[in-house]
Amino acid sequence: MGTYIPHTDDEVASMLSFLGLSSVDELFDVVPEALRLQRGLELADSAGEPDVLAHFDELGEHNRARGDRLVCFAGGGAYDHEIPSVTKALAGRSEFVTSYTPYQPEVAQGVLQAVFEFQTMVSRLSGLPVANASLYDGASAAVEAVNLGVAASGRERVWVSAGIHPHWRQMLATCAAGTGHQLSTIDLSEGRTAWPDVESLTGDDVPGVLLVGYPNYLGCLEDIGAARAICDRSGAILVVAADPVAAGVLRSPGEWGADVVVGEGQVFGTALGFGGPYLGLFACDQSHVRRLPGRLVGETVDADGRRAYVTTLRAREQDIRREKATSNVCTNQTLMAVTAAVQLGWLGTSGIAELGLRCARATKYCRDALLAIDDVTPYAAAPVLREFAVRTPVPAATVIERLADEGFLAGIALDDGYADGEHGLLVAVTERRTRFEIDGYAAAFAKAVA
Amino acid sequence: MTQADSSEAVVQTAAGGKATSAPLLGRDAEPTLFELSHPGRQAWSFRTTGLPETPIEELVPTEHRRTAPVPLAEVSERDLVAHFTRLSHRQFSVDLGAYPLGSCTMKYNPKVCDTVAALPGLAGVHPAAPASLTQGWLALLVQLEEALCEITGMAAATLQPAAGAAGELTGLLLMRAWHDAQGSTRHKVIIPDSAHGTNPASVTLGGYEVVTVPSDERGCVDMASLRTVLDEDVAGIMLTNPNTLGLFEEDIAEIAAAVHQVGGLLYYDGANLNAILGVVRPGDMGFDIVHMNLHKTFATPHGGGGPGAGPVAVSERLVPFLPGPRPSRLEGDGPHAYGWMVPERSIGRMHSWHGNALVLARALAYIQANGGNGLRRIAEIAVLNANWIRQRLTGTYDVPFDRPCMHETVLSSRNLKQPNGVRALDVAKRLLEEGFHSPTVYFPLIVDEALMIEPTETESPQTLVALAEALERIAAEATSAAGASMSEAPRPTPVRRVDEARAARTLIPTFDARP
Repeated sequence: MGTYIPHTDDEVASMLSFLGLSSVDELFDVVPEALRLQRGLELADSAGEPDVLAHFDELGEHNRARGDRLVCFAGGGAYDHEIPSVTKALAGRSEFVTSYTPYQPEVAQGVLQAVFEFQTMVSRLSGLPVANASLYDGASAAVEAVNLGVAASGRERVWVSAGIHPHWRQMLATCAAGTGHQLSTIDLSEGRTAWPDVESLTGDDVPGVLLVGYPNYLGCLEDIGAARAICDRSGAILVVAADPVAAGVLRSPGEWGADVVVGEGQVFGTALGFGGPYLGLFACDQSHVRRLPGRLVGETVDADGRRAYVTTLRAREQDIRREKATSNVCTNQTLMAVTAAVQLGWLGTSGIAELGLRCARATKYCRDALLAIDDVTPYAAAPVLREFAVRTPVPAATVIERLADEGFLAGIALDDGYADGEHGLLVAVTERRTRFEIDGYAAAFAKAVA
Repeated sequence: MTQADSSEAVVQTAAGGKATSAPLLGRDAEPTLFELSHPGRQAWSFRTTGLPETPIEELVPTEHRRTAPVPLAEVSERDLVAHFTRLSHRQFSVDLGAYPLGSCTMKYNPKVCDTVAALPGLAGVHPAAPASLTQGWLALLVQLEEALCEITGMAAATLQPAAGAAGELTGLLLMRAWHDAQGSTRHKVIIPDSAHGTNPASVTLGGYEVVTVPSDERGCVDMASLRTVLDEDVAGIMLTNPNTLGLFEEDIAEIAAAVHQVGGLLYYDGANLNAILGVVRPGDMGFDIVHMNLHKTFATPHGGGGPGAGPVAVSERLVPFLPGPRPSRLEGDGPHAYGWMVPERSIGRMHSWHGNALVLARALAYIQANGGNGLRRIAEIAVLNANWIRQRLTGTYDVPFDRPCMHETVLSSRNLKQPNGVRALDVAKRLLEEGFHSPTVYFPLIVDEALMIEPTETESPQTLVALAEALERIAAEATSAAGASMSEAPRPTPVRRVDEARAARTLIPTFDARP
């Protein structure tokens, strides 16, 4: 049935004969007999394309949360934004999809230039001069930023705001087991990070890195100026995990004084896709460029003096510097970076502002509607932009289950790490949500918590 | 493979992997999107929502509000499409022609997998939706995990790591957690001198020191050297088998016994798994931790450098340490068959969500399309193709290790250095002119003027002949008078050799940094 091997039996026989062999098994004579798998793999026989598609269609039917069945009010770093036909068509071009890392720049200018344009767009969004060619996702970008910050500051103490996505904080902790970095979670007060006083600290307690969200996991607008002030006093590196859609209407993290900006770039044209593949964004100040993780595309010229692009500052990377490399990253998320470049080209200067504005309008409308329901209260007092948390009289998980029966994915239940998290529901409202959908959601919500 | 196949035909109709017919329009550089921008142009359009048009001043507090818009390009949809389409024409890809880039397994990527990854029932699912609403995805992930465990001979797997290097780091953190649980503090991880660069970089991030062991004259781990560095401070060893020279480590059982003897663990770098599918399994060789590159072996496309997926499978004793939460079959008569479970001694999370899920779906579709027997056939033909090209080019190029290879072969162009100073890089660039992507060059580091060729199983015998003929022409040219100008190659490509030194010296990482 399904096979992607062109060889006929005659051709295989002819090639074996050229090698002086009589069977394909002899190709594996170097594999010790005792180690070989004597039986066949215990997997189903090959299936034709229609059967494969039928299987996956069936799996899809068992996902009640699919976007064409439940109207999405969930966010938490993964958002239901418009993906126009033009983004799907261009990002789906097989020249971008089926090429490898651009090791031969003469035949890889397409990907290299698209990534160069992507880097420029991320730089402008973040307000910092250098952006890399992408990392795996938001969490991995945060890990790399912490690694850079510790190396740059020379101090291993990392203050991580509790307003950073819980999954990102979990991954930071996983990786700290290897690097030895000392992570301290800094709690929130009314939705904003309550940074401790840094003046009285000495030695190992002085932070080398601060990591804060903008807006944070609860959707709240943090006082980045306060974090910057701590960094100025302590010499710590300020890493801001920014929502790049919110950046369309917010002061850029660079303007606030961030040294490094990381983010989740799924919002620019990549499907929700159950969480991946997404796009880790990473931008930094010029002074950190030699420590930049991952690939970087730079402009140069070819032998005829024409403009050309190439991966550069390669001496930082693992294949050259090996155990002394700044990061182990090799494969990144280039296709998602190209996708983001297309999407940001589609949005343009007016579109990125309009997108942020529309999200903010829809969020305000939805928040007002939910807070009008009896016993639904704000989870935090700080201002929000395009996502917010509410306290619900019944457990948030129950709200989600009940609203699924009414055709809505209600949001994300806060986890135990947050005060009274069981009754906290995180709600995101993108530019795709209509008044009709939000009104229906609020009505169903009222019924679910009554 | 008859005599007639190797004749000099202008049109080789059956050589589907040769791309010299690709059209080339003009020699101009493509402007950036920013240079195509014209104030006021617009491509975007959003849904009609019926929501009140609240002014920005009522939505964003003044101190947080942006004072000037983010300057992006302003282009029409038509110009946007033209720009990225032209960029795509400046890009080699597997769909265009053969890509014998050693160690990268650039095989054909079946289109059915694209269709799977775009299904609304998979692509349209939010990752934070509870298990009760995502039973299909959980089933898919469990099915993939089970298939990967059968293929590798391991007990369980995590699907979280986003690529090979992330898988390596996951494996090293598993190694650390396991030794910690034994009450043992160890400091060293052994890697061979032929290893991928990600191995030593990951070892450092895992908090270990790298100890390098040399290869012997047969291209395999030198057993005597290995024994001298093995002691109870060794946490484990990272091996690729077949190794990066394309050679099977025949002493693997002995290596496994020696490492286990001192309490170390064996890590299998799955970069070269394509060579052994259905033939021999890492678990049966004695490995404890195995990462796979789904974007290599299981044909999920590379996307110009990513996304990948790097699941890590482990033996029974390491299962309690796997990253979590893990998609799991649920026992009992509950309403749902699948749920999320956190292993009791889990090292934690290695991804924002559940891994590169749509890449994982593509890999499962590929496994199902090929089936168990089909997977073994992949290994057979991949190894056949590589040996054919090695045999055919022996004598034309140096063969540093003259023994049967697995899925790839490492040749050397050191025999072509005289009299014109032609180097492996020149051969690589010259091959682009012949309509093929270059092989990997200067890797592994232990081979002088290395040319690492991995044809993969999806290139036909006719394409192999055309590739071999091109490499033979290049070799003949290298040592003739024409060899003096080989450093000019490539000539018909969108750009010619690029000035890499200038790019690093005068860094221009964005359009705004241009002088």
